[in-house]
Amino acid sequence: MKASNPFWKDQLEDQMPPQLAAEIDVFEHELALRRQGKIDERVFAETRLRRGVYGQRYDSGQRHDGIRTRTLAYPEGKPTKGPNTVWDAPGMQRIKIPFGGLNARQLEVIAELAEEYADGVAHVTTRQDFQLHFVHIDDTPTIMRRLAAVGITTREACGNSIRNVTACPLAGVCRDQVFDVTPYAKMMAYYLLGHPECQDFGRKFKIAFSGCKENPCALVRMHDMGFIAAVREVDGALRRGFEVYVGGGLGTVPYQAKLFAEFLPVEELLPLAVAVARVYTKYGEKKNRNTARIKFLVHKLGLEEFKQRVEQERAGLRPDPRWEQMLREIPTYQERPLKDPGLLQITAPRLEGFERWYARNVYRQRQPGYATVTIALPLGDITAAQLRRVADLARKYTRETVRTTVEQNLVLRWVSEADLPALYAELKAAQLAEPVAGSIADIVACPGTDTCKLGIASSRGLAAELRQRLLAQGADQDAAVSNLHIKISGCFNSCGQHHVADIGFYGVSRNKNGYTVPHFQLLVGGQWEENAGSYGLAIGAIPAKRVPEALERFIRRYRSERAFGESFQSFIQRIGKAECKRMVEDLMPVPPHEEDPSFYVDWSDAREFTIGDLGVGECAGELVSPVDFQLAACEREAFEAQLLLEAGQIERAAQTAYKAMMHGAQALLRFKLGAFPEDPEAVYQQFRTHFYDTQLFFDPFAQGKFAHYYFAAHARNGAPHDPESARRQIEEAQLFLEAAHSCYARMLAAPAGG
Amino acid sequence: MAKQPDHINVKIFALEPTPEDLAGAIPVFHRWIQQNAAPELLIDVADYRHVPAGPGVILVGLEANYSLDLTENRLGLLYNRKKPVAGSLEDKLRQAYEAASAACRRLEQEPEFHRKLHFDPNSCEVIFNDRLLAPNTLETFERLRSGMEQFFAELWGRGTFALERVGEPRERLRVRAAVRSSLTPLI
Repeated sequence: MKASNPFWKDQLEDQMPPQLAAEIDVFEHELALRRQGKIDERVFAETRLRRGVYGQRYDSGQRHDGIRTRTLAYPEGKPTKGPNTVWDAPGMQRIKIPFGGLNARQLEVIAELAEEYADGVAHVTTRQDFQLHFVHIDDTPTIMRRLAAVGITTREACGNSIRNVTACPLAGVCRDQVFDVTPYAKMMAYYLLGHPECQDFGRKFKIAFSGCKENPCALVRMHDMGFIAAVREVDGALRRGFEVYVGGGLGTVPYQAKLFAEFLPVEELLPLAVAVARVYTKYGEKKNRNTARIKFLVHKLGLEEFKQRVEQERAGLRPDPRWEQMLREIPTYQERPLKDPGLLQITAPRLEGFERWYARNVYRQRQPGYATVTIALPLGDITAAQLRRVADLARKYTRETVRTTVEQNLVLRWVSEADLPALYAELKAAQLAEPVAGSIADIVACPGTDTCKLGIASSRGLAAELRQRLLAQGADQDAAVSNLHIKISGCFNSCGQHHVADIGFYGVSRNKNGYTVPHFQLLVGGQWEENAGSYGLAIGAIPAKRVPEALERFIRRYRSERAFGESFQSFIQRIGKAECKRMVEDLMPVPPHEEDPSFYVDWSDAREFTIGDLGVGECAGELVSPVDFQLAACEREAFEAQLLLEAGQIERAAQTAYKAMMHGAQALLRFKLGAFPEDPEAVYQQFRTHFYDTQLFFDPFAQGKFAHYYFAAHARNGAPHDPESARRQIEEAQLFLEAAHSCYARMLAAPAGG
Repeated sequence: MAKQPDHINVKIFALEPTPEDLAGAIPVFHRWIQQNAAPELLIDVADYRHVPAGPGVILVGLEANYSLDLTENRLGLLYNRKKPVAGSLEDKLRQAYEAASAACRRLEQEPEFHRKLHFDPNSCEVIFNDRLLAPNTLETFERLRSGMEQFFAELWGRGTFALERVGEPRERLRVRAAVRSSLTPLI
């Protein structure tokens, strides 16, 4: 779309690393071939994804405008960018930033790109990437060239590949670290980039590094593979290594990563990664993407068998000279300060607000006299002008030591403490000194329905609303609740990491009298600390418009009833999930449309909510259909399963979760066939025939995944459970029921007899 | 070789007092999509009200975006032309200014903003949204000056206005144009 696109290649020829330049040329050729119809659309889709070029909402060319679903009149005669993806539809460009490390010039270039090709905003993601939204695919090679000229690649930012390798943003300056993991994360990122052993995965693969076990900055235990720094005495000398975890992941059903090795010497880091990649490539699921993450393989094989296979592969690897070469470079990695260490002058006059900002956004480094300053970005967003200002400050106060964080913020490292007042004044002038870093108001949210094709509800709209209210209430300054974490996803896919929040939400929908109503599932008691040490469980779906009130209730109650030193997680455990549900149960009903239409509109939107081209179905006129009643009863059962699990009744919990799914299937069968089989085997068979084989139950994106949860539970019914498998079955029951709600809504919307 | 500038943005500033909240822009822009209220293909609405001095609320289109923009904490209607426009610089400026101006008039009439939002017909900012075609240098500014003068003379009358290059070198080339009586201190 940009008239200057043809000129940039010549302009930047001498500035791009030849390898990156060549890769971008190849991508540009692929674009040309696709335009000529010479590459299959599916192949092209994966090709562009591996370059970070993502689709965006409404790129099918269809959009519900609040009244009806309309075809967006894009120019005709162009190919698709992938199945059902219009060429001219705006998309997203993800920019990979290994371990979040950036210099000033890189920030400036991202600012330029945000202005010239996107909407003026750069977005920091929960994987320390940047994203630009509303980008035209024809501009992407130029964007890549301008990034390459400053040493950034977008390669493998998306697709079935090794995603951005993340690391604690305090690595190297952290007071609790065992050692600085930064050079190891960097080594891993660049070693695996484009590695031939990592090109045939069934799904994406995420790696994280943490300098210590206790703090949450890298969330190692929710990763496909995670490394925690460790030292061990070997032959009288202290040696560096890592505690290694595999098979973690959030997604629809979260899995805690398993301890793969208590101590892996640093020399084995790269070989192990290749061996794991080989096992994943060889044995990982390829056809069904819903079970293709490595967590499913680890679960299927069992940890010991998985380990054995990795060890076998490791034994068969031919040594790669880069293993040693890259390790030799590790000691040369060093970050240095620009200024001498300094002390914060206690008596010097300071700008208003400095103390609050200092208390919340400043971290005293392990190196005396230096501090790391967090720049809290609302919903991870920063303007081009602000990026340039951060670049200026990075040059003025540091040796350009900037990092992104998984909490969607930026940090400036190695600031002399004596400079803090001056830096604060400059950040404040740039409207970048909001004193909320890591607080309850520093909400993490995925893009949700704003731009994501899979979003069900507006995670960012809700996050913006909650943020505004929490700040107005001063919750970020209330010692009792200020450190709670809120995380929001627009759907069950967990990109907002809702499972590891004190209070998490994910978007769902409910049918109400022929209308679809935006809701959020409420999860409480997840753990952000200890590298995402435990996951929260769902309490119930709350209409989107009543979520702020639900949150307020939890905050009020925790503030007034917590015991001295009691964490929110312990508090939730003490009062119990049943009580949690009681606290918000009265908020769950939705008033009729004619009484309060605002419930039928999502946050930050003005259109009547829809999850598709939904009309008024056959049941219109009934206040509540029998299916609605039955599905509500199933949700109660799923919730009871949680309570049983909480009480340590593992088998009963799993059995109850299974029954919730079976009753959900019964409800749908009753609606579709008028039949109401009682026998579990008959329910299973009929559901399979009428809902799975016909694909009626299929989610547009997850396909038959949720039905498989029911089938798997049916197949194993009677087999013993452990707490983890029971917890998973409960999660799966909840997701099956969400899918049942959606399926029911689709059946209602279908033309009579259709 | 001097390349022809393209992708011209025009921001028409709002007059004080401006609305405290831009929430009203969300239903307005969604209605514009429903009503095909602009010549461009209108796609979606992006809400950036949470970003200080940011793009505010954007009506995203294929050929251009419209936004109630808060850059530099100054509210205005920004027309961001994305698809190249044929013709001379004056033609491109005219297209962008007229599109922005039409959107301003329409916004002023919308119930959410009626009597609450007024735009200044005597000043605007022109942004050349391409650092390669229009590098932010004095030389480019001088090269483009005559084309801009021709267009603004047509709009406001010859000799009645001033053009000033604003901002810092890393920004895109930005030119503030204002009828002399309405000149405000430039940043």
